[in-house]
This record gives sequence, C-alpha cells and structure tokens, in this order.
Amino acid sequence: MEAFLVGLIAATLRVATPLILGTLGELFSERSGILNLGIEGTMFLGAFTGFAVAYLTGSLWLGLLAAVLAGMLAGLLMGLFTVTLGVNQHVSGLGITLLMTGISLFLYRVIFGERSVQPSIPTFPKVSPFGDTPVLGPIFEQYLLTYIAIALVPLVWWLLYRTSFGLRLRAVGENPEAADAAGVNVFRIRYIALAIGGGLMAAGGAFLSLAQLGSFIFGIIAGRGWVCIALIIFANWIPSRVLWGALLFGGVSALQLRLQATGAQLPYELFLALPYLVTILALVLAGRSAAAPAALLKPYRRE
Amino acid sequence: MNFIVEMQGITKRFGVVEANQGIDFDLKPGEIHALLGENGAGKTTLMRILYGLYRADEGEIRVAGKPVVIHSPKDAIGLGIGMVTQHFTLVPPLSVVENVALGQEGAVTLDLDQMRQRVVDAAKRFGIEIKPDALVRHLSVGERQRVEILKSLYRNARVLILDEPTAVLVPQEVEALFQTLNKLRESGMALVFISHKLNEVMELCDRITVLRDGKKIGTVLRGETNEAELARMMVGRETFGVVRPAERRGGEVRLKLDKVNALDKKGLPALKNISLEVRAGEILGIAGISGNGQSELAQVLSGMLKPVSGTVWVDGKDMTGASPADFAAANIGRVPEDRHSGVVGDLSVAENLVLEHLEEFSRNGMMDYASVQKFAQKMIEDFQIKARPQDPIRTLSGGNMQKVLLARALAHKPRVLIVAHPTRGLDIGATDYVRSKLLEQREAGTAILMISEDLDEILALSDRIAVMYEGRIVGIVSGRRATPEVLGMMMSGALEVDYAEA
Repeated sequence: MEAFLVGLIAATLRVATPLILGTLGELFSERSGILNLGIEGTMFLGAFTGFAVAYLTGSLWLGLLAAVLAGMLAGLLMGLFTVTLGVNQHVSGLGITLLMTGISLFLYRVIFGERSVQPSIPTFPKVSPFGDTPVLGPIFEQYLLTYIAIALVPLVWWLLYRTSFGLRLRAVGENPEAADAAGVNVFRIRYIALAIGGGLMAAGGAFLSLAQLGSFIFGIIAGRGWVCIALIIFANWIPSRVLWGALLFGGVSALQLRLQATGAQLPYELFLALPYLVTILALVLAGRSAAAPAALLKPYRRE
Repeated sequence: MNFIVEMQGITKRFGVVEANQGIDFDLKPGEIHALLGENGAGKTTLMRILYGLYRADEGEIRVAGKPVVIHSPKDAIGLGIGMVTQHFTLVPPLSVVENVALGQEGAVTLDLDQMRQRVVDAAKRFGIEIKPDALVRHLSVGERQRVEILKSLYRNARVLILDEPTAVLVPQEVEALFQTLNKLRESGMALVFISHKLNEVMELCDRITVLRDGKKIGTVLRGETNEAELARMMVGRETFGVVRPAERRGGEVRLKLDKVNALDKKGLPALKNISLEVRAGEILGIAGISGNGQSELAQVLSGMLKPVSGTVWVDGKDMTGASPADFAAANIGRVPEDRHSGVVGDLSVAENLVLEHLEEFSRNGMMDYASVQKFAQKMIEDFQIKARPQDPIRTLSGGNMQKVLLARALAHKPRVLIVAHPTRGLDIGATDYVRSKLLEQREAGTAILMISEDLDEILALSDRIAVMYEGRIVGIVSGRRATPEVLGMMMSGALEVDYAEA
C-alpha cells in the first residue's frame, strides 16, 4: 500500500507539470482578456522545438530556451490577430493550434525525414533532494522542471498582485476602457501577456519531449491544452488554484493508470476517461461560482 | 483676466450634423461653470473635445494662456484636466486604492501600504470620503462617483469636468456631491458642471453657459438671471410646419392609468404614481427629458413591463399586467422608441409590415405571400414609402423606416396609439408627414399618447401635455396654455403644476 501511494504521488507530480505550466500560460492570456485556444498547438510547437533544438545542439537547456522563444512568438502572432486586428478569439486560437501543429510536423519531416526508428535524445535527469530516504526520497525524485513549475505558482501570484504590471494586467482584462483612461497601454499589456503565456505553454509541451519521453511523437500533447482550458475555469483564474486543479487532474490520471494495472475486468477506455470525467465534474461544481475576467473575448477598440 | 481654460470658435461636425458651431467657452479657477442645455445641444461634445476624446474641426483651445493640442485623455490629464463621465471608467473587481492608483503606481513592484497611504492622504486633502479597501463592485453609484472624482484629483487635475453627475444619484447623494464640489471650488479648482436641471444649476454654479442645437446662446452670472430666463434660453426656438387645427376635449376615455408604479431594469422605481387618461380623438403629449420614466411608461403600455401596483384600463377593460399579445389584441397600435429595434433588419419591407399580424396572412401555418405582397403594395402607396416590398428594411432611410412602422401601427385602425419620439432623427419633410398622419388619426377618433423630447412637437400636436420628471407626472397642462418656458421649468424639476389645472 505504501509503495502504491508513493508511486501515485510521484506520478501525480509528474503528470501535473505540463498542466501547471500550460494553465499558468493560459492564466496570463485570459487575465488580459484574451482566450488563447492556440494553447494545444503552442504546446505541440514547444514539444517539437525543444526536441529538435536539443537533438541538433545536444543541449537540453538550449532546447527548452528555444521552445519558450517559439511559444512567445506564437503568443505574439495570437496578439496580431486578436489585439491588433480584432479577429474573433475562438477562430484565431483554433487557427493558431492548426497552424502550429502543421508547422511542427512539417519541420519535423524536413529535419528528420522518414525513419524506421524514432530519433531520441537523453532526457533531463531527475533530481532527488531526499536521496534514498524512504517515502520522501522516491516522491521527490522529480525532474527539475517539475520543481520550476511549482515554484512558478507563487511567482505568478506575486507578479499579478504585487507588481504594477500585474495591476495593469488585471485592469486590462476587466475593463480596458478604464485602464486606457488611466493611461495604461492596453495593447502593449495584452501583447506582453500573450508572449509570457505562449512561452509557458511551450515550456509545458517541451517538458513532455525533453523530460518525460526523450522523443517527439504526433500524439505527444494528446489534448492536454484543452484540459488546461478547463483547469483555468476550475481555478477561477487564481494562480494557487491552478496548482490544485493540475494536481487533481494529475492524481486521477496517475490513479487510473494504476487501476488498469490491477487487472480489473473493465474496458480500459473507462479508466482512460476517468480524469476527464472528474474534470467535468469538478467544473460543474466549481465552475458555477467562477468569475471570468469581464473583458474576456472582447476586442478593444478606441472610439 | 486669468482664465485656466479658453475655448474659441469650437466647431465639431459628425457627418452633416454640426454638433458644435463656433462655440466660445472659458473657465476661471475657483468657479463652477454650468453648461446648460437640452439633450443633443452639444454640451457633452464640447467637453469631450476639451478632454481629448474628440478632435474639434475648427477652433482653438488655450490652457493657462498657452495654445494646446489635445489628442487623447492622456494629454488632457497631463494638462491637469480631468473628466467624470456618465459611464464610470472603473475596474469593478479591483479595490478603491487600486483603481485610483492604476497607471500611477510609481514603481515596478507595488508597495501596497504606501500606495494605500498616498490615496488615503489625497482623499483627506480633498475632503472626499472613500472606503480605501473596498472592492469597487461593492460600492454604491455615489461612492463610485467619488472614486472617479478622486482618480482625477490624484492625477493633479486643476480642471474637473462633470458630465451630468446627478443623473445617476439619489437626492442624499446629490447633496453630498454638492458639498464636495463646493469644497473643491474653495480650494481654487475650476469645475464644469454639465446639466439640464435648472434647480441644480441655480443652486451650485457661479456662471452658466447655455447651449441650444449646437450653438451658444449666452453666458450669464447666477446672480443676474433666474430659472425662467434660463428655461427660455434653453428651449425657445422658431415655429414649425404642421400644427393641430384646434384644441378640443376628446370623446370617451380609451386609455386610463391609475396610480401606476413600476421598476426599471435595476429594480429602482421608474414610474411613481402615474395617473392619466387619454380620450378618443385627442393627443396627450408626454414631455420630459429622456430617462425620466418615459421608456418605462411606453413599456407598461405595451405589456413589456409589469407594473408593481396601480391599474391600466383600455376601453374600460382592466389590462394591468397583460402580455404584449393581449395589448396587440386589444388593438393598441404602437410606434416604438427605437425604430431599429421595432423592425427586423434583414427581413423585407413586406415581411416587416405583416410581422405583428401574421395570422391574418397565413393559412394552416403557411404564409400567403400573394396577400402579403398586395398588402405591402397598398401600404407603400398610402404612406408614400420610398421602397419596394422586397427590399430588406435595413436599407431604408430613417424616415422611410418610420413610415413602415407607422403604416404597420395604423393599418389596423387602432383604438389607442402609443408613439414614442415619432420624428427623432427625421428630416423636415418626413417630420411633417409623420405629424400630419398623427393628426389624421386624431381626426379619425383615435386616442393618441405621444412621448417626445421635442418641445416643438409636443406644443404643435398635443391637446394636453403631461410633463414627466424623475418618474412622476409633475403636471398636466392644456396645449393652448403651455409655453416653452413653463414646460422647460417643469421638465427640469423647477415647477410643478397641480393636476387639476388641465
């Protein structure tokens, strides 16, 4: 039982990592008033860019950096559509997802061609602050990126609530007219928020290719971006609740894997669906009181 | 003379409409200067130019003697000009302190205690009471307005423009606002008070500039004028084309309201003890500045809004709280306030004409397009509508659209006709046509209730005139005895006339 729980908790943290990063990214974007449905494609782009750059340079850190930069560019492109051109945010976001997925697959073909064996790289090593201590040791034997993701949660909170940028960001997402009247550059704040958000999303994708898998496959994101969209509502756009939401989803995901392994006489698809069912349930319970940023989905135009 | 603001020869056009025509306006430190006029007189436009929200087409602005160009509110704020508009620019989920300091935080990281202290100090200095830590969304309208004022002061405003600040306030809040404004005046600030309420202007302001139809009528000192003169300056104007032939007391009572009370969308009282009656063959004009309950009155009379108390009779039948369909069935014709919301833009002229009486043009649920077409042709001829039956109605001009609505309302020979702002935005030709049609209905014995902000229209057509102010009828006067001055004073709450007089 102890081994089961230890394994479950360790897996929970691992599964939650890309969700924390992605949802924090979406948080920046939505707090500025932009729903970024480009998240699925941006995570995919991050996974690919990270992998390709790491493969070509031999440096995992360069790969991660490149992924973040690529994600920021994807965020800025989203800004061009939604902030400058005022295009419908749903359409723009889905367009970004399709475009980024397409570009990534295309470049993958260009760089790696058709191979019978998947190219792979050595992954980020795990760090183990508690060494061989029982229980604590295996639970906290995690990738550095997992620690970074968790550390980002209070950092994002501080940025939102204790800096002038954060105050302006919140104002812009709630009432851009008021922010504009107070001398805040609404357009610039939204671009910055989208760039930071895109970078975080891509980092979430890169975690999968650089840490968890060491390779890049078509189904690598597998809808995690859409899960982040649900988590941000569950989290009510509050950083600390992003962490709890991601851990809840990660926990149920890790649990269903272990339940499958018990050999229960149930179709395995049922287990696969479990995390999503829990997400929907959590959304129904938590989503009722959720208060989205008031300016979400509304393009801002000066009269 | 050391003026803080001088505006000279300001002209602003919107398309062909001249909202401001060569207006001069100046402002001294330590005064409250009223901009008085009816809706659409150009008061807000002039001040939006000063605050950088509009660019003037012609004219010059000087601040503290120096010519300036103001492109945006940011420029205006930089020159020490602040404006409190009717729509507050506050962020509801943020605290009062955060709202005031937004954009003026001072450093990259927020020192919340210091930020709070600075805002509290500023509030104390200007004598404005605030709840620094409350979220704006929990504040009353009056409290929000104070935050908005403080926001301007916090940005070192020397000039503060208030656009109809009392329109959103309850009386006690008005009193508190006036105290605040008096204090600011004593501290040497220059205040512009936009209003159409004579009593408030006379109570508060030092100088009064009256605008009418985009032109400046004059600037007077409070001590050298009175409400009657101001009312005349505000509303007096030339005579008009179509006039009712003679006044008369109509036939039997067709529409009667007794002590009707109703709430607006926010749940606040919008109609207070409204009692009136309209007889066959007379036009009862409802005068008043918009937002004093006229919209709600029209809604009650079409079944869109249920009164909380009181009774509505149509032809002696109790129709209180009846549905819109019931009102239509009782043959009450209606020309709505906003003509665009009265039609379906993408449907054709013919389809819009039959929309309210589809059952007459369909058999077993199938539209009888032949009879629709025939009916539409007849209406287009009778009402001189410049359109074909198949044209989408959104392609029509305002005047032709109004004729379609009028045709639709009159085609069924209504017993009672409710019209709101029948000629708003129409050119002279269309205006005369619509008015003559209304008089035709009056001759034919229809009981007509006409809501209008246009005093010309009210005076030209009404047999009797009821004036609404803050949800009440402050008096009903006969069309013969009414003058623009009297109506103007009643409309701005300066005068009440005993009901019995008419």
